[in-house]
Amino acid sequence: MSFFSFGQTAEIDVVLNDAETRKKAEHKTEDGKKDKYFLFYDGETVSGKVNVTLKNPGKRLEHQGIKVEFIGQIELYYDRGNHHEFVSLVKDLARPGEMAQSQTFDFEFTHVEKPYESYTGQNVKLRYFLRATISRRLNDVCKEMDIVVHTLSTYPELNTSIKMEVGIEDCLHIEFEYNKSKYHLKDVIVGKIYFLLVRIKIKHMEIDIIKRETTGTGPNVYHENDTIAKYEIMDGAPVRGESIPIRLFLAGYEMTPTMRDVNKKFSVRYYLNLVLIDEEERRYFKQQEITLWRKGDIVRKSMSHQAAIASQRFEGSASAEKALSQAKEDDN
Amino acid sequence: MSEATVADTRRLNSKPQDLTDAYGPPSNFLEIDVFDPQTIGVGRNRFTTYEVRMKTNLPIFKLKESCVRRRYSDFEWLKNELERDSKIVVPPLPGKALKRQLPFRGDEGIFEESFIEERRSGLEQFINRIAGHPLAQNERCLHMFLQDESIDRNYIPGKVRQ
Repeated sequence: MSFFSFGQTAEIDVVLNDAETRKKAEHKTEDGKKDKYFLFYDGETVSGKVNVTLKNPGKRLEHQGIKVEFIGQIELYYDRGNHHEFVSLVKDLARPGEMAQSQTFDFEFTHVEKPYESYTGQNVKLRYFLRATISRRLNDVCKEMDIVVHTLSTYPELNTSIKMEVGIEDCLHIEFEYNKSKYHLKDVIVGKIYFLLVRIKIKHMEIDIIKRETTGTGPNVYHENDTIAKYEIMDGAPVRGESIPIRLFLAGYEMTPTMRDVNKKFSVRYYLNLVLIDEEERRYFKQQEITLWRKGDIVRKSMSHQAAIASQRFEGSASAEKALSQAKEDDN
Repeated sequence: MSEATVADTRRLNSKPQDLTDAYGPPSNFLEIDVFDPQTIGVGRNRFTTYEVRMKTNLPIFKLKESCVRRRYSDFEWLKNELERDSKIVVPPLPGKALKRQLPFRGDEGIFEESFIEERRSGLEQFINRIAGHPLAQNERCLHMFLQDESIDRNYIPGKVRQ
């Protein structure tokens, strides 16, 4: 922003090398809108070009240096001034000097660690972005490009079911069971509610998914509860001995993986809330935490398996068949 | 190792229900009716009583059937006892209608038929809400209100054990 029309201004923008092939993922912005951003995973290289375009032809651009940064940071909404950067990488593109014409600079951040998933919540935001900066005396020219990071997990080795008997003495006893304690984001919650004693007049029963975002430490802890889903599983009055099945498909709801104590700044946890409502609108509930994790979309076949499939295209190839069965064995 | 691409959504195993449980009377039977308003007395000493009839199979109540007569101030007494002793949020009673007790009204005041019906309905709602509440069901004042001939205002408050 220069007040004198005879200065030189520049525009800066960032373009990724794999912009054509890289997948984009939808992510909610702070004001609730959904946008698409390039999707990255932990360990992937971030490479691209920074284009500096001079606006007034013929004039030179004086600058104090041009650089590009890759930043991962946590921003607490009630403490906007302090950004907690957990990843901060810099590449200097140009030393202080003069630019006579528009220029393009290549950059590469190799095998960048991206330990946490991108998250935009009620009181906290975790984001990753590239920031290209032309440093100048009065004001810098700066451009940010947000990316989205997903953290992937594999099927947990141990995934016990949740089974518990709860109730109010002499009034209501139930046994509830959920088939797992750890669910991936496209999983199905399969369970059942078994009634041992029913001395109240139940009208219906539902299961809610509650997301709890916790920010802050010590005495200044904020919890934000958000009911993501309400799913009725029973309409009418049950009696002793009845089993009510639960089948809840998670893919229909907008959820993130469980995040525990991210960089010691915030947590996002999910709970199943079983709610029984009686004829006088009294609510009886039992909350249980579940762990959510993100499963990778692509099932990666090994190189040998892929090669074996390719060689099978040649008919009657005995060696190809052998290679295929060998590759299958290697995979298992 | 190949991962399952389709989740297993088969129902969990459950015990088959005993048919006597399935088709027998439910264990939560509780019905309280407030009806038959009768105005007793003459002149300025008149008051209205209502019949409070209860039918239940809940084990906490000693009598499976009971029938008593109560007046509005008895309901007020019950509300105050529960507000003091129990942990529940006691539902509201129908209004005291003090304005209706002032003289020089064109109608019968608190003995007006439509008013009595309104009050009867409100009292019925009130007592059903309370009697069905798990945290009020074991209060001695409630049992005395529903099942004793008359209310002993000098009773010892406490809980009823099953």
